[in-house]
Amino acid sequence: MSSGSLTILVIDENRIRASIIEAGLREAGHRHVTVVHDVAGIAKRIAEIEPDVIVIDLENPNRDMLENMFQLSRAVKRPIAMFVDRSDQASIEAAVDAGVSAYVVDGLKKERIKPILDMAISRFNAFSRMARELEEARSELENRKVIDRAKGILMKSRGLSEEAAYALLRKTAMNQNRKIAEIAQSLVTAAGLLGPLEGE
Amino acid sequence: MSMDAPYEITAGFMPLFDSAVLIAAGEMGFAAREGIELKLHRETSWANIRDRIAIGHFDVAHMLGPMPLACSLGLTPIASETIVPFSLGLGGNCVTVSNAVWEGMAAHGAATDLEPARAGTALGALIRERAAAGREPLRFAVVHPHSGHNYELRYWLAACGVDPDRDIEIVIVPPPFMADALAAGRIDGYCVGEPWNSAAVAVGIGHIVTVKALLWRNSPEKVIGARRAWAEENPDALAALLRALHHSARWCQEPANRGELAALMAKPAFLGQPEAIQMPILTGQLQLGGGAERRVDDFFLPFDKAANFPWKSHALWFYTQMVRWGQLPHTPQNLAIARDCYRPDLYRSALKPLGVALPGANAKVEGALKVATPVGSAGASLVLGPDGFFDGQIFDPDKIDAYIAGQKRA
Repeated sequence: MSSGSLTILVIDENRIRASIIEAGLREAGHRHVTVVHDVAGIAKRIAEIEPDVIVIDLENPNRDMLENMFQLSRAVKRPIAMFVDRSDQASIEAAVDAGVSAYVVDGLKKERIKPILDMAISRFNAFSRMARELEEARSELENRKVIDRAKGILMKSRGLSEEAAYALLRKTAMNQNRKIAEIAQSLVTAAGLLGPLEGE
Repeated sequence: MSMDAPYEITAGFMPLFDSAVLIAAGEMGFAAREGIELKLHRETSWANIRDRIAIGHFDVAHMLGPMPLACSLGLTPIASETIVPFSLGLGGNCVTVSNAVWEGMAAHGAATDLEPARAGTALGALIRERAAAGREPLRFAVVHPHSGHNYELRYWLAACGVDPDRDIEIVIVPPPFMADALAAGRIDGYCVGEPWNSAAVAVGIGHIVTVKALLWRNSPEKVIGARRAWAEENPDALAALLRALHHSARWCQEPANRGELAALMAKPAFLGQPEAIQMPILTGQLQLGGGAERRVDDFFLPFDKAANFPWKSHALWFYTQMVRWGQLPHTPQNLAIARDCYRPDLYRSALKPLGVALPGANAKVEGALKVATPVGSAGASLVLGPDGFFDGQIFDPDKIDAYIAGQKRA
């Protein structure tokens, strides 16, 4: 039996992340991958799918419910345990660090599961990195906008060139041991409180 | 780590009111005064708390009382020795049923008095009536298989002639989803901590039929679980934490602080529920549904009656219930692990410098105190109990084999 014949269920409320994992599993040759975003009716789905491996994100508040169901429900014909090998502490730690957990039916060999768990871990980490970079890019853009506004206020009220306005912001930030964007935000806020801004 | 905080401790918690002593320790300055920078992490499931304490993300955590036992006894996927040096309070749970089940119970003699025997007998009659009519068994929810909620619901039903495995179905639902599941008809009742009972009553979808404080008076609920390896490597940090929790618990118990505590817990970072819904657990003044109201003595105690003392008899009772409901075989090895899990010695040594009242024994006979009783203790005076089970049973931790042998499923 090839690894591609395992049936895998991915439970993740985050649709983008779920599709990234699904794509990864398919690229690795797994043809039987089902993605579920909502745990309503999950017992019936599990009974239909009969998954060998269940991958779930740790933010899911239904983990306690799902774990109990894996152990007790008539929907699950074979007992399902968390992870494949309790002794593989490094894998378990890597998974929890990445924010993912895997449940596996009894009797499956470690070698068959490990690549799936490793894939989920790396895709979860990649997703977190992407989300973080997106957030950084967004705040960078916001910072640039507020610095531009602060420069405009200084240029207008103090008759400075753009370069001199930026230099003043930077010097103030250095003196106060704060970020330029913070100084710029304070200036924009203060200007808003003190009088009408340009264009308003 | 800041210069004035020699200890940095990371603690996980679930958004439940009985995390209050831990939250207030961090937010009201009690931890800082003991030289601790307490980092609080809100979690979304008990499974996450269990996994994160096992692999070392958390040093300590707000845990269900039986959970450290389950971790130490190998009932969890990642076995990890977890000890209990501090209890976060006594009581605080209720059993809530749907309006339809309440009507059925009322037709069989239930009254709005929260009396466990009366409510349980009525529920039993309703369950048999439904079975005779060929209807689906009622479905009750608890928060976790290794929880006080699961064991007290089962204890109550079994004592009232209902087999909790055969006559009803028990499922797991996260506390914040209980009321929704009840309203949607996915479950017929549940046992959960506050504010999730009062929340269902407030919107008119449920009735509170009995409370933990009457099923087993002054009984354990949440605890501080600590990774044993961390506790052994950081005895000074742990002792400082226990003193901070002690001062926090005293503050939480004080009626004058109720408003401030409710406002603290209402913050989105903690419970994120309105202040008004936090008051029933603090006052014991419960709305039961349909306009009925009842005041319950000792409904939730974060400090009084030695509420923070990690009694070995509490751990051992949880152990007997794990055995009773087939989660674990009763063996000398398992019993020894259960006996070592709760650590009154650590509690006592940490609090000794404070000169406060401390119980002299590590375990007590549960159900022996029929009324509030002053007890001999080191330092100032201490009042314990009443601590009885509603059915009059006594749990003597020295006669655990006989207790286990005498347990029936229904």
